[in-house]
Amino acid sequence: MITTDILIIGAGPTGLFAVFEAGLLKLKCHIIDALPQPGGQLAELYPKKPIFDIPGYPSVMAGELVDNLMEQIKQFQPGFTLNERAETIDKLEDGTFIVTTNKGTKHHAKAVAIAGGLGSFEPRKPLIENIADYEEKGVEYFVKKPEIFEGKRVVIAGGGDSALDWSIFLSNVASEVTLVHRRNEFRGALDSVEKVQELKKLGKINLITPAEVKAIKGEEKVESLVIEREGEEMIVETDYFIPLFGLTPKLGPIADWGLEIEKNAIKVNNALDYQTNIEGVYAIGDVNTYPGKLKLILCGFHEATLMCQSVYNRLNPGKKYVLKYTTVSGVNGFDGTRKEAEKQVVKAIE
Amino acid sequence: MAADITIKITDREGVVHEVQAPTDMAMNIMELCRSYELAPEGTIGVCGGMAMCASCQCYVLNDVELPEMEADEDAMLSEAFYVKPNSRLGCQIPITEELDGLEIELAPES
Repeated sequence: MITTDILIIGAGPTGLFAVFEAGLLKLKCHIIDALPQPGGQLAELYPKKPIFDIPGYPSVMAGELVDNLMEQIKQFQPGFTLNERAETIDKLEDGTFIVTTNKGTKHHAKAVAIAGGLGSFEPRKPLIENIADYEEKGVEYFVKKPEIFEGKRVVIAGGGDSALDWSIFLSNVASEVTLVHRRNEFRGALDSVEKVQELKKLGKINLITPAEVKAIKGEEKVESLVIEREGEEMIVETDYFIPLFGLTPKLGPIADWGLEIEKNAIKVNNALDYQTNIEGVYAIGDVNTYPGKLKLILCGFHEATLMCQSVYNRLNPGKKYVLKYTTVSGVNGFDGTRKEAEKQVVKAIE
Repeated sequence: MAADITIKITDREGVVHEVQAPTDMAMNIMELCRSYELAPEGTIGVCGGMAMCASCQCYVLNDVELPEMEADEDAMLSEAFYVKPNSRLGCQIPITEELDGLEIELAPES
């Protein structure tokens, strides 16, 4: 069992910054995220795009902002449960919480801050009628364990970087790789496109374009796919079908936690401390809603800060505390480091 | 102040909305739909308008001239679902005076 003071759900910018503000109050944080890396949308959707409205940064790449936040919180040693989705929440009699992920990892926390953005990222599934019947029976939406494809026939569908990259990678693992895309053009990085072109010439990747997988066939598992190319259908025998059409965020299981939901977001008690209708559970960043809400990273930072103050007061009733400025008080990391402003030199002029 | 234009939008339930759209606020069709709450939050404009999610896909119903499709919109539509020949991404269509009278229908959520 993982234990922590504040369990943060979502490793986007708001969730990451919450670790810093909690650390100043000597509260330890642990973060759960469904993606394999921290950063949320910034890392998954647009790491190479600039953001222009982060105070103090005239322009910062989304990926760079995530790296900076990770550097900023390092001294507070946050724990991470990545690649797992928060599934259930149980409130114990003492007011603490147990949050369990889809893989069964349990987290015991004194407070929970949901910073889930638009939800956890899930694969966009193609509109093939019986696809759900073949999930984990030959249909894979992620390449988690490349070794399972060793010596197998694989069909990948999609036209972006992940379809290209995995086609290239699996061409050295699988016995046969077929890449299917609706267009002749791919929108991945140029060198990936060129590499696929080269592997096609070498006969290591079968390219079927402009085409679409229309149906899956097989008794117990995927045995073949019906692929339509320019109005003509063909059958391609395969062991695996990997559709890679990107990820889309879904609120998911959090919607069933008994929280008040409005417009696909979690309602909080206005801008006081962003607590939800469940005491001790907070919602910060894009995932919450209240009158005047703005879905901006900078607003998420503010909300994270107020949330941490509220958790501190809740866990330490009556204990005196005044807000401190980092310039004055410095930052004491949980790792024993200390950052502080240099002392002014005071010297008489003789 | 520039005059508003009128755009007719059929939502995902089939309800037709005739809405007034400002031409001087650098808005696009996706943002117009969000401002009138024609689709639930979180189901439209998910990527914020970067042509990266296709949640604002719409079908253009009349022959109002639209800006040419750029490569990233075209590429996103090549991976989207429910795509038709008249599909566009609302986030890639800025609202200008030339769009007055445009009629669109929102594509299903996917």
